[in-house]
Amino acid sequence: MNRRVNPSGKQEKPKNIRYVLKRLWDYLSYFKFLLIISLVLMVLSNAFSLIGPKLSGLAIDAIELGEGKVNFPVVFKYTILMIIFYIFSGIFSYILSIIMLKMSKKIVFKLRKDAFDKITKLPISYFDSNKTGDIISKMNYDIDTINTSLSSDLIQILTSIITVVGSLIMMITISPILVLVFAITIPISLFFTRYMLRKTKKMFSKKSSTLGELNAFSEEMITGLKTIKAYSSEKMVLSRFDNHNEEATRWAYLAEYYSSYTGPGVNFVNNLSLSLICILGAVLSVISNFSLGKISSFILYSRKFSGPINEVANIFTDLQSSLAAAERVFSLIDAAPESSDSYDALELENIKGNVSLKNVYFSYQENGKMILNNVSFEALEGKTVAIVGKTGGGKTTIVNLLMRFYDINKGEILLDNNNIYKIKRNKLREAYAMVLQDTWLFEGSVYENLSYGKKDAILDEVIKAAKACKIHGFIEKLPNGYDTILKDGGVNISKGQKQLLTIARAMLLDANMLILDEATSNVDTQTEVQIQLAMKELIKNKTCFIIAHRLSTIQNADLILVVDEGEIVERGNHQELLFKHGYYYELYNAQFS
Amino acid sequence: MKKVIEYLKQYRFRMTIGLIIKIIGTVMDLAIPLILSYIIDKIVPTKDVNKIIIVGSLMIVCSIVGLVGSISANQMASKVAQLVTTDLRHDLFEKIETLSAKQVDEVTVPSLVSRMSSDTYNVHQMIGMSQRIGVRAPILLIGGIIVTLTLDPILTLVLLSVLPLVVFVIYYISKKGLPLFTKVELAIDDFVRVIRENITGIRVIKALSKEEYERNRFDKINKKLVDYELSSQKTMIKLNPMINIFLNIGMVAVIVVGAYRVNGGKVLSGKVLAFITYFTIILNAMLSIARIFIVFSKAAASAERISYIMDLKSDLPIENTNDNIISDDYIVFDNVSFSYNKNKEKNISHLSFSLKKGGRLGIIGPTGAGKSTIINLLMRFYDVDEGKIYIDGKNIKEYDFETLHKKFGVVFQNDMIFSTDIQDNINLSRGLTEEEITEASKVSQSYDFIMGCANGFNTELSERGANLSGGQRQRLLITRALANRPEILILDDATSALDYKTESYLRKGLKEKYSDTTSIIVAQRVSSIRDCDKIIIIDEGNILGIGNHEELMEKVKEYREIYQLQTGGGLDE
Repeated sequence: MNRRVNPSGKQEKPKNIRYVLKRLWDYLSYFKFLLIISLVLMVLSNAFSLIGPKLSGLAIDAIELGEGKVNFPVVFKYTILMIIFYIFSGIFSYILSIIMLKMSKKIVFKLRKDAFDKITKLPISYFDSNKTGDIISKMNYDIDTINTSLSSDLIQILTSIITVVGSLIMMITISPILVLVFAITIPISLFFTRYMLRKTKKMFSKKSSTLGELNAFSEEMITGLKTIKAYSSEKMVLSRFDNHNEEATRWAYLAEYYSSYTGPGVNFVNNLSLSLICILGAVLSVISNFSLGKISSFILYSRKFSGPINEVANIFTDLQSSLAAAERVFSLIDAAPESSDSYDALELENIKGNVSLKNVYFSYQENGKMILNNVSFEALEGKTVAIVGKTGGGKTTIVNLLMRFYDINKGEILLDNNNIYKIKRNKLREAYAMVLQDTWLFEGSVYENLSYGKKDAILDEVIKAAKACKIHGFIEKLPNGYDTILKDGGVNISKGQKQLLTIARAMLLDANMLILDEATSNVDTQTEVQIQLAMKELIKNKTCFIIAHRLSTIQNADLILVVDEGEIVERGNHQELLFKHGYYYELYNAQFS
Repeated sequence: MKKVIEYLKQYRFRMTIGLIIKIIGTVMDLAIPLILSYIIDKIVPTKDVNKIIIVGSLMIVCSIVGLVGSISANQMASKVAQLVTTDLRHDLFEKIETLSAKQVDEVTVPSLVSRMSSDTYNVHQMIGMSQRIGVRAPILLIGGIIVTLTLDPILTLVLLSVLPLVVFVIYYISKKGLPLFTKVELAIDDFVRVIRENITGIRVIKALSKEEYERNRFDKINKKLVDYELSSQKTMIKLNPMINIFLNIGMVAVIVVGAYRVNGGKVLSGKVLAFITYFTIILNAMLSIARIFIVFSKAAASAERISYIMDLKSDLPIENTNDNIISDDYIVFDNVSFSYNKNKEKNISHLSFSLKKGGRLGIIGPTGAGKSTIINLLMRFYDVDEGKIYIDGKNIKEYDFETLHKKFGVVFQNDMIFSTDIQDNINLSRGLTEEEITEASKVSQSYDFIMGCANGFNTELSERGANLSGGQRQRLLITRALANRPEILILDDATSALDYKTESYLRKGLKEKYSDTTSIIVAQRVSSIRDCDKIIIIDEGNILGIGNHEELMEKVKEYREIYQLQTGGGLDE
């Protein structure tokens, strides 16, 4: 089975094995019945195949009698039995694999589903501290590792145990003296295995981590190729690439160098036991009545016996990495979700849109620097509130709190006189239409992207919104108009055009309140004005929050809040603030200087 | 594949020696069962225990020679794989660096990245594996057949009769399995994409309460992926039980036919034993060949994708036509037209303008008007369709890229911030001094916030500068553009996240400290470009007007409108 390569090369020891096993059992225990059946099948399949060599030995004994003396009925009897046993063993092992495969796929499906469900339920703060690539690699590589373990490693381990025990018993029944051969070869195998395990463990984790670094480096550089060219840094970047490259291939070489012992080593141990069995067997047959058939079955059993012993190292590493993978997966699945709505949470309908913040304090980190300090203001139904100020002053934070993306540390936020923490989260968020600084579009048609927030939007409505946002013309020019699929590197689309699309998406919503966070920063002024005209109609009775640098955007706001260092330093309308000759006045005049 | 073989050629010598050692090691493996049958058939009847031990020791010696031979050959194979992969990755990366913007657009960045990472990895695997097992398996197969032929041709025929069945099973399963794996790969791409979209768009999704919808969307993709994985693996798990059954049937056939041969006095019983051992060797060799076959077809596809990039011809050649003009102007656009798509309408049409050394040019106009395109053409990321561009009296096609690009300091829209520290991000390996960087950071108004970071200029930045605010990112990028005192400074919408106050300090600093730098500023705010010597207002690739602020205010209606809109009707001049 193909294991996916984890580019980040994370391969740690699991820290809390008992917890991880318990969580894995939660998933496995759905299939208790199937597990018992598989266990029975496994024992049967291995037992049947273990009888084979014994039978072939008996058949060969019947041949050994020599020219003209071969006992054919006995040969046929045992060969037919062999075929029957092998076919049954094959069928059992096939059924077993199918059962295990289906079971592991069901578990994988469930694991992925649970992990994704969790992603949609996590608080935004989770994504501040966990990298996208890391979450993806948990869902992709780590779950895949668990899958491989369940569908093949598990079978392999149990099969190995049964085979080792079974063939040892069979060998003892054939000749306890020949078993002594293993007193020589097993210590060699074990010593070799331990040595390899110690040597290669570091190599392999180094190999995947350096490869991960190389891949990350080239991804970043290829993405920034234009910048690299513009600064003629190609040569320097290439030499940095070479360092990563040499490091990665060096560790790959070292890992392969040491693991190149494994194949020949296993082979050597096999050949050595074969030679020793042959010598000892031949001597035995000279001095006692030891038959050729017995030597033959013994050889076949010895191969079965030493196989798993040589594999111990691999199985052990596999198991360790699966447990580590499982631990990472469960750290995602078991992460604390957004607190659930309380049972008496309000299903607020007919929201009017009176929002007020009362003495709100907030910090992104526990015990960290306060980002908002005692912020209070009131946004009345149908009015427009603008928030201006320096970058990093806390403007976007206010939006995050209104939407309950983060919970405040102290104070109160009210919507229509209800504390927003007592309102159903969905109802609260649905009350807002929001356009953010970062434009987010998904891979899908233009139509799907625009109608994303309104399930049953018909094309006419979508076109109307697009026209109002002055993006209809652009869409019409795309290869398939509204059915054009938007994807990375596909359609040539500028940042401003993306912003227009997200504004159109927000326009289609039936929300009573509107948040525009730098929604038009990359849109030209004429277009912006036209959008504002279109919006005027739209926002007539809606409460609006606007964040913008371009002061022309906000001049008509009913209330302008000037935020600096987490505090509201000035408030009033445009005229009042200009008259004050304060911070806002300076900001305003800076655009004419 | 051809390309990869070319890389292998320079290691011919090493590979030949490895091959010879490998053959020796493999022959040893083949010799052991032969000795086994010799002992049983020839020595055991003589009851000579000493001889058994002497010949038996020969088996052990063979095992040891086999061990040493295989290990050293494998190590040589890994060395070759390491060297070839290093060369291949180096050359591929170097080639990617020379690709034109158009070629990158065509291949797309994600595809380049996967060629660089997973395709070279597949080739690496293939090179190592084909030397390690690719040599051993065929030798074992052919050698095994030859040895068995000399032992007993009839029994060999019995043995060989099972092989076609095995070959068929392997062929059938890999033929059925491989396309299924491709499907799995594609499904994984979708799967990863949806997760990525959800994480990056989590705010929008939550704001629109689309969690349930996204969960359903993911379930469908998850279901599809699991189905594909199931069907591909279902096919593959048939392989082992089937091969096992065939192997054992073959063994039974050897025993039965062997019984007749022994009975007829044609063959000695020890040979039957040796046969059974060879049988296992030959079948295992077949299985290895099947595995190589799968790795090989995967690697062949990857090698193809790598060669495609390596064989791309440069579409921006340096020309030596001595196309010079004598002019006071430093930058000249002469009747330039251009479109990204040959069959689509022009993104720039018949654009002409010029700029003196040290002059400042502002470009303003709606989204999609062609502002960034002008920059792309000036820096020769794309070639013009018609017309000419001159810098310092020389057609830009005459410059080699290093000389051309060294003239510029530029901030693109959404420019790249790399995951290294602030100092490196500004320096970009250009060997700038600390004074140069500090001075530039003061002009760009970023000195204070950088010094406020935990480790000052040594503060590590996350990918794309995610730990900076929009305005900080832009100021950092401007520092980068200024730091080597470029001849030409380009700011493409590079100040949109700055508040007016910070921006005015920046403009002041530029005027004082960088007065001899020719600059081009693309902006949406009139205030950003108002004091430029020359302003171009552009729409849909056409110039609506060129002039300074006062001239445009007088002559160009669109410009006047923008200005009035932004200043609230000229309320406070």
